[in-house]
Amino acid sequence: MSTSVGFYLWRTVFILCLVNPLMQGLNGEESNHHHKETNITGLQIVKFQWHHVEAPYLVILWVFVAGVAKLSVIELNLNVTSVIPESGMLIIIGFILGGIVWAADMEQTFKLTPTIFFYYLLPQIILDASYFMPNKLFFRNLGSILIYAIVGTCWNAAAVGLSLWGCYEAGAMGQMDIGLLQFLLFGSLIAAVDPVAVIAVFEEVHVNEVLFILVFGESLLNDGVTVVLYNVFDAFVALGGPRINATEIFNGIVSFFVVAFGGSFLGILFAVLLCLLTRRTKNIQIIEAGFIFVVGYLSYLTAEMLSLSAILSITFCGVCCQKYINANMVEKSVTTVRHTMKLLANGSETIIFLFLGITAIDKAIWVWNTGFIILTLIFVFIYRIIGVFFLTWILNKFRLVPIEVIDQVVMSYGGLRGAVAYGLAAMLDEDRIKEKNLMISTTLIVVYFTVILQGISMKPLVQWLKVKRASHSDLKLVEKLNNRAFDHILAAVEDICGRIGDNWWTRGWNRFEEKYISWLLIKPKARKNRDYLFSIFHKLNLEDAINYVSQGEQQGSLAFVRSEQAANIDFKKQFDSEFGDMMPDMMGDMNYEKGIENNAVTSFVRDSIPSVCLDIHGQDRKKSVDDFNAHHLLQQHLYRSRKHHRHKYSRSHFSINQSADEMQEIFQRTMRSRLESFKSAKMSVNPAKKIKHYRKDPTHMMGNGHAESADNLYKVEGDTALNSETSAKKKHFTLDTYRVKAGIENPAFMPDMDMDTAMQSPPWLTETEMDTVVAPSQRAQRRLPWTPSRQRRLAPMRISNSSTDSFLMADVFITEDVSEEPDQKDQTKM
Amino acid sequence: MGSFQSLPDDHHYRTLSKKTGFSLEQIGILHNRFKQLSLNEEILRRDDFNKVQDLKDNPIRSQIVEAFFDRRNFHKDGVGSMEEIGFEEFLTVMSYFRAPALHTTEEQREVIRRAKLRFLFNMHDTDNDGTITLEEYRHVVEELLSRSGSLGKETAKGIADTAMLEVASISVGQMAPDEFYEGITFEQFLKILKGLEIETRMNIHFLNMDTTVLCK
Repeated sequence: MSTSVGFYLWRTVFILCLVNPLMQGLNGEESNHHHKETNITGLQIVKFQWHHVEAPYLVILWVFVAGVAKLSVIELNLNVTSVIPESGMLIIIGFILGGIVWAADMEQTFKLTPTIFFYYLLPQIILDASYFMPNKLFFRNLGSILIYAIVGTCWNAAAVGLSLWGCYEAGAMGQMDIGLLQFLLFGSLIAAVDPVAVIAVFEEVHVNEVLFILVFGESLLNDGVTVVLYNVFDAFVALGGPRINATEIFNGIVSFFVVAFGGSFLGILFAVLLCLLTRRTKNIQIIEAGFIFVVGYLSYLTAEMLSLSAILSITFCGVCCQKYINANMVEKSVTTVRHTMKLLANGSETIIFLFLGITAIDKAIWVWNTGFIILTLIFVFIYRIIGVFFLTWILNKFRLVPIEVIDQVVMSYGGLRGAVAYGLAAMLDEDRIKEKNLMISTTLIVVYFTVILQGISMKPLVQWLKVKRASHSDLKLVEKLNNRAFDHILAAVEDICGRIGDNWWTRGWNRFEEKYISWLLIKPKARKNRDYLFSIFHKLNLEDAINYVSQGEQQGSLAFVRSEQAANIDFKKQFDSEFGDMMPDMMGDMNYEKGIENNAVTSFVRDSIPSVCLDIHGQDRKKSVDDFNAHHLLQQHLYRSRKHHRHKYSRSHFSINQSADEMQEIFQRTMRSRLESFKSAKMSVNPAKKIKHYRKDPTHMMGNGHAESADNLYKVEGDTALNSETSAKKKHFTLDTYRVKAGIENPAFMPDMDMDTAMQSPPWLTETEMDTVVAPSQRAQRRLPWTPSRQRRLAPMRISNSSTDSFLMADVFITEDVSEEPDQKDQTKM
Repeated sequence: MGSFQSLPDDHHYRTLSKKTGFSLEQIGILHNRFKQLSLNEEILRRDDFNKVQDLKDNPIRSQIVEAFFDRRNFHKDGVGSMEEIGFEEFLTVMSYFRAPALHTTEEQREVIRRAKLRFLFNMHDTDNDGTITLEEYRHVVEELLSRSGSLGKETAKGIADTAMLEVASISVGQMAPDEFYEGITFEQFLKILKGLEIETRMNIHFLNMDTTVLCK
């Protein structure tokens, strides 16, 4: 591992070494640029125009460097990142980069400025956090969160400020040019727990969802509170001590509430606007995903303009709109939003931590005052603990489910400070606050201390205390059904015992929301299909279809998909008839292209549902391998008609051309190929071996060959009207034909067609189903996959045992079993 | 608040309090409510529940009401359902929804958990044979979804079936080919809902204050 560490560090260093002197050299050149230009006579073929691109170039270069730094952190994985959280690693890499820059420049030319931080880096992180906020959990715990965020933060600010002032008066810090108000100002900027740091650390330790939402919700909302407090105290400092009287203090308190609630309200307004916009984007779906970013950012800037709390504004915008816009937008746009959101947030998070590290390497800001720094660290740590325990003690008197002591310890230990504090410190006015640099350096030390040290020790602490972890990532359908039943039961019991309780309010709100808000904000069409349980069911079905295909492809044929892990269940009734009515409408919206793309959608959506963890990267990383494989397979293997290749260029549509004839064509082709394969199967000698060979080499020749193979294969005209028996046998020998005739090693081609025929055209779907009546082997026959879509597909297979060739197939399956087992495990887990 | 404590059956309350874990005030409030529902009688019938306005819109209303008359919820081996219940039974059912105390041991928690889940299980297992069969489960799901309009019966069936398949695959795992999945047993039910943290979910905040006046 250490070699790879070395390698990646070297890479980063290399880039920096290479790039920086270059830039320095260029900067130097810039000064005499004018001089040069006047000298030039005649036409230059190539000009070196650094100054034209300097600003954007530097920006993008740093983004690139941050990306590489992140990459190296991730790639190091296991050994180092399991001990040091990613955020800490990034800060450390920042130190190194900063050192290099400093060595080149002898001063720090790049640092995190408040403007960049507050206007370009922070908004997307907050938007991401709020958009992915598990709403139900958040609002259920909103009371506690608000208490922690408002009262807790005020307490921290006041306690830290006053204690430091007391110590200063007692002479613990030597002589400084600082007063009580300045101390309070400093206290208010250092008080807030930072959402960026909290997410970064807590996503790696999967604590239980209530604890997570408490810490996370607090960190999100108290940013708003801190900024407000900061502004109030900043105004006080500007006003000067003697001129502050009762009226001013009263104004300060009023402004606190106006700023906080005004910001939240503004956010809600923008959320409504956003929902109304997405109601209307049916005809330009390509840009609807962009609206959320634009409107979100707009809400941030508007709040800033009105001097309301911008962070609270964008938070509430994200929290309130998520449900409605997800219903309004098409699934593709939702996926786009999710991915883009994660991309932006992850990117800025990386840049923030990296620059927090880089900023440190600067002689100019470092002012050392041992007393001040040590005392700040101690006070920040201690008052956080006191605050959490005291507030929880009060809250536990009212909470239905009390917060346990262990959770409280983690909550207080999770009080990480971060970039918001630094940004505020850097914004201080040097004229009014003489000790600005001391404050900045103290803030930085607090940030490093909490993010790196507490971040590192958080995981062991959580393990040591045996904090209740998040139980599992994926809610099962049964559990969701039960959740639903719960809501009704609880509400009913409340009704019966005649109490207006939480459930009464929840239900009342739900009804109101259903009746008016949804009516206003959600497309009529989307409103109908929006039922929670149905969507889960829908997703499960999609997942199964996708699993089915990829499994089939791995095994070479769709017909014999079966799962070792899945249980065999036999219900009294045949599923075939029961699902008949329902499936067409599932099929309806699961048309060809969605079939490809939904793979990503479902896996993504599946992750977000559990709502336990808002992690920015975890989800993607966890599933990416799976996803990639399945996605790749699907994309490569799904049937591509010739029409597909006729691209038309359009900025607003990039769907695949499709026509009604296509289905028919696919059907006929499939039939032909089956006939074809049937014929050749009779001649083939050793099918089992060949199939095995294909599987070893699954990616071979996947990309190309579809079109030509189709041509080769289907030259032989077959009878499209087939009786069920022949087609049944044929189907399973397709592979051999494929090999023999076309000479293209792509075992997955056939399954494609099958997938398509099945998925795309419900009208004759039943026909094909009946055609595939085959008894694969005695064993395979009975191992039924456990999900309805499969059940449905496979149901007819159970009925008939009439294949004469079943002994051949039995062989095939024995060989396949062994190698496919791990895959199946994966898939059944999903 | 204070008016309830001086009721004549103070002693009765105390024994109830010991049995169900409610405080005396809470019992007083609930008794008031009980009388309100039963029109000042000592027994409560199914019809009486119809008077609760808000309950009318509840899709699984009948099941919930049925739970109040289910003998299994009162005695460990009770069978069948009653026609009318007294206050004690009413209180017993309510006690299933009590929040756990602040300091509970792991074992206590497990006991609470089992009791709550048993209550839920009984609610689903309408024919009292120890398993939730597919038919029973379908019924529940259908009722659950009956208010959401756009979803037809077939969808409800589909969802129930999917859920059932899921349960089967989780709890039974590999089954012999000719085996037949009977339905969810209580042990399986416990296993499936392991992650649900029911002891922290199936709770109602019983106040020490009377709010019956506010909602009818």
